[in-house]
Amino acid sequence: MKGLVAALFSGLLFGAGLLVSGMTMPSKVLGFLDVAGDWDPSLAFVMVGGIGINFVLGRLLLKRAAPLWAPVFSLPTATAIDGPLVWGAVIFGIGWGLGGYCPGPALVTAAGGGQALLFVAAMLVGMAAEDWFARRRALAQESCVGDG
Amino acid sequence: MHPFLQALLGGLLLGGAALVLMGTIGRTAGISGIVGGLWKPSPPRGWQAAFVVGLALAGGAGFALFPSRFDAGDSAGVPVTIAAGLLVGFGSRLGSGCTSGHGICGLARLSPRSAVSVGTFMAAAGVTVFVVRHLLGGGQ
Repeated sequence: MKGLVAALFSGLLFGAGLLVSGMTMPSKVLGFLDVAGDWDPSLAFVMVGGIGINFVLGRLLLKRAAPLWAPVFSLPTATAIDGPLVWGAVIFGIGWGLGGYCPGPALVTAAGGGQALLFVAAMLVGMAAEDWFARRRALAQESCVGDG
Repeated sequence: MHPFLQALLGGLLLGGAALVLMGTIGRTAGISGIVGGLWKPSPPRGWQAAFVVGLALAGGAGFALFPSRFDAGDSAGVPVTIAAGLLVGFGSRLGSGCTSGHGICGLARLSPRSAVSVGTFMAAAGVTVFVVRHLLGGGQ
């Protein structure tokens, strides 16, 4: 229960950060990505703040033996720089550049309905499709191993 | 407040939210991973739902209290919005993360995978905007 409240609070704080930074405005995001046009560099400071505080305090945090209300820190274990990582980033980047929404701002903005809601619906379909392909790939590999 | 300061303050809040999630339940604040985890068969998915509810509540409060933090009109048409959503959903899951998980949490941990991902999606997004605005002449 404490964990759920913490996650809810973290989501609220994250949403507030997106609102304050201006990431909830696709026009601003596209202005940031439009380096050759009337470039608005301000959103680079979102990364400066977000990465900065995590670089300093996250380092101290991960020195603890465990988080407050869970047995372990669940950190990503993958290290390979492979096709899915790069192609996924290419596909994601094209979608981000087309709509001006990445997943967090889309979810926050969808609370007001409108096109952001449509974006979120399409995003969920895209995620489910990737999940389906990934499971098919895993099954195909399993059956290959079984046959061999 | 100057837009640079707004962005910096917003970034600190995002980073703070990520620290809260890691410090309490040991999880990464990667939005695509959290949303994608909602329908994973493994049992502990309550925290993901709670986080998404928090995001939506922030959005609802934002629309009620600070409507100027949102665009007045839509920046893209319906077909482009659907295509963009499909690509963002598929790509972020295939690439194991998006602007939050790779862009903030991963880079702060100096993860080489995240550095490659961020460099790649920034470039892809920049090229996409260039093509749409300057070659095709669409957008603003």
